[in-house]
Amino acid sequence: MKKVQFKSSYSQYFFLAPQLLILLIFLYWPIIQTFRDAFTIQDAFGFGSYFAGFDNFKFIFTDPSYYTAFKFTIIYSFVITLITGSIGLLLAVQANNVLHGKNVYKTLLIWPYAIAPAVVGVMANYFFSERFGLLYHLFNNLWGFNWYEDVFDAYIYVVIAGSWKQISANFIFFLAGLQAIQKTVIEASIIDCKSNIRRFWTITFPLLMPTTFFLIIINITYAFFDTFGIIDTTTIGAPGSETKTLVYKAYIDGFKGLDLGSAGAQSIMMMLIVLVITIFQFRYIEGKIHYN
Amino acid sequence: MSFLELKNITKIYPNGTKAVDETSLNVEDGEFVVFVGPSGCGKSTLLRMIAGLEDITGGEISLDGVIINNIDPSERDVAMVFQNYALYPHMTVFNNMAYGLKNRGISKDKINSKVNDAAKLLEIDQLLDRKPSMLSGGQRQRVAMGRAIVRNPKIFLFDEPLSNLDAKLRNQMRLEIKKLQRQMDVTSIFVTHDQTEAMTLGDRIVVINDGIVEQVGTPKEIYSNPNTKFVAEFIGSPQMNLFDCSIKNGIAKIGEAQVNLDNLININDASIGIRPDDIQITDSGKFESKANLVEYLGSDMIIYSSIGGQDFSCKLSSKIDVKAGDNFKFDITPSSIHVFDNNTNKKV
Repeated sequence: MKKVQFKSSYSQYFFLAPQLLILLIFLYWPIIQTFRDAFTIQDAFGFGSYFAGFDNFKFIFTDPSYYTAFKFTIIYSFVITLITGSIGLLLAVQANNVLHGKNVYKTLLIWPYAIAPAVVGVMANYFFSERFGLLYHLFNNLWGFNWYEDVFDAYIYVVIAGSWKQISANFIFFLAGLQAIQKTVIEASIIDCKSNIRRFWTITFPLLMPTTFFLIIINITYAFFDTFGIIDTTTIGAPGSETKTLVYKAYIDGFKGLDLGSAGAQSIMMMLIVLVITIFQFRYIEGKIHYN
Repeated sequence: MSFLELKNITKIYPNGTKAVDETSLNVEDGEFVVFVGPSGCGKSTLLRMIAGLEDITGGEISLDGVIINNIDPSERDVAMVFQNYALYPHMTVFNNMAYGLKNRGISKDKINSKVNDAAKLLEIDQLLDRKPSMLSGGQRQRVAMGRAIVRNPKIFLFDEPLSNLDAKLRNQMRLEIKKLQRQMDVTSIFVTHDQTEAMTLGDRIVVINDGIVEQVGTPKEIYSNPNTKFVAEFIGSPQMNLFDCSIKNGIAKIGEAQVNLDNLININDASIGIRPDDIQITDSGKFESKANLVEYLGSDMIIYSSIGGQDFSCKLSSKIDVKAGDNFKFDITPSSIHVFDNNTNKKV
């Protein structure tokens, strides 16, 4: 490669400046701001603030509603990951075997991926509205479904709303993963093993592990952060605060409750949680994966 | 009844392409048959139909007296070795070889002894704990062979298994495959586009072109007595020289030159074929031509020349002193000439 030598020692900074500026304003500044908020207590009307040490953290750890949000987020991300992963995989395997109209299936299954979470939430609203919701009445007839009052029913609501779009993402990656498996490897296994199901679990699935691992991280991240728009347009945390994710709670506490200190502390906690999950995944799961 | 019988096998893909057209073939028990032809000629498709990886559009395949058209690939008792080895990348060498046995419910002890025996035979017993990614091309090839051997199948199917190896290794593996086949005495079908591989490996060769079997025979038959122009050109290296000509009363006219044939035929539009090593250079030769290019190969050399506007090559001992640009005289023995009718492309 040809090495480019700058004549002036400043010109490289000139070229870097736009990107650096964007990073500084939209990434580093907010991060610093968050840290500052987390360690200060601010007057709700913005008249003054003082350094509070770990008071904000102490507060959220003694706040039962923080535990509710924490519990919900963990359950929510686990269920979303499981549901979107398994349905996405199932659809990908089926679509991969389709002989006629493969592209129609693919296109239709990929479409939801392009829809913004907030729009998904609004659409889910129609299905789960008490007045004219199709699914609301279906479930209501089955077991008296009422997400306005029942926590478990509210979980069902946000899980369905949150999974639907993400199934598409899982589908795309699993399909790509399936198509990346050497055709002859599958053919060799067809000669070696009669049972489709056994072949899937002994050959196809192990070879999809890199994709699966990637999707687990993507799905957890999605459930943690990107479902904000869905919660905000569906239950808004209803029945009480049981369906607030950590992100949603931090937003409500900070911008609706005007407690920026607590919101900052919550954000830092969230960062630590994601860090722990990621380290755990790379340490314990990735080692078991075969990469080609 | 033969061990493997193909009856009028046809393969038409959903898009209408006819890959194999009404092919019939009998293979005897223990025989080593090679399918050879240019890429896309349908030889692999034919093999894959025997394996069960490809549906059969028409015709019937029977193996050891059983029609296998609708039998699951895993129950046909065939083993296949693929061009890119197709090893299971997430399994160790041992598990790669044991996988097919495990799925057939064979006991652990038996699997162990079978895999170990095969590994010893192929000299890969040191590699059993490794994953395929840690093996060289030649070693992977052996594992793929091992996977086929442990199953002790009725028939081995090889789909261009040597194409991914370098030239030296290819020759070595070729010999080993042949030796192994003799030793185990298992009926084998070997697909290749390489005519040298076909000639050296096969008890019989099936030359396929455009989904049609052009000729079936021993390597010697195919080489010395090609039935069609295609076979004549495809088998043998360097290629057989083909001259377009018209034949009157047993005399073929190539431009000004006249070649005597050993029967008195008349064909307007014909080709005569002469193998490069059937051209003798002698000072008393009837024909004279200029050497355009000379390739030195050690013991042999190849002279590229033309006569009557048609290019040809001759292969001869490098002891003869002909340089590029020299004129040389040569003769052709009438009995070594193959005559083809250009309208049918068949031998006359």
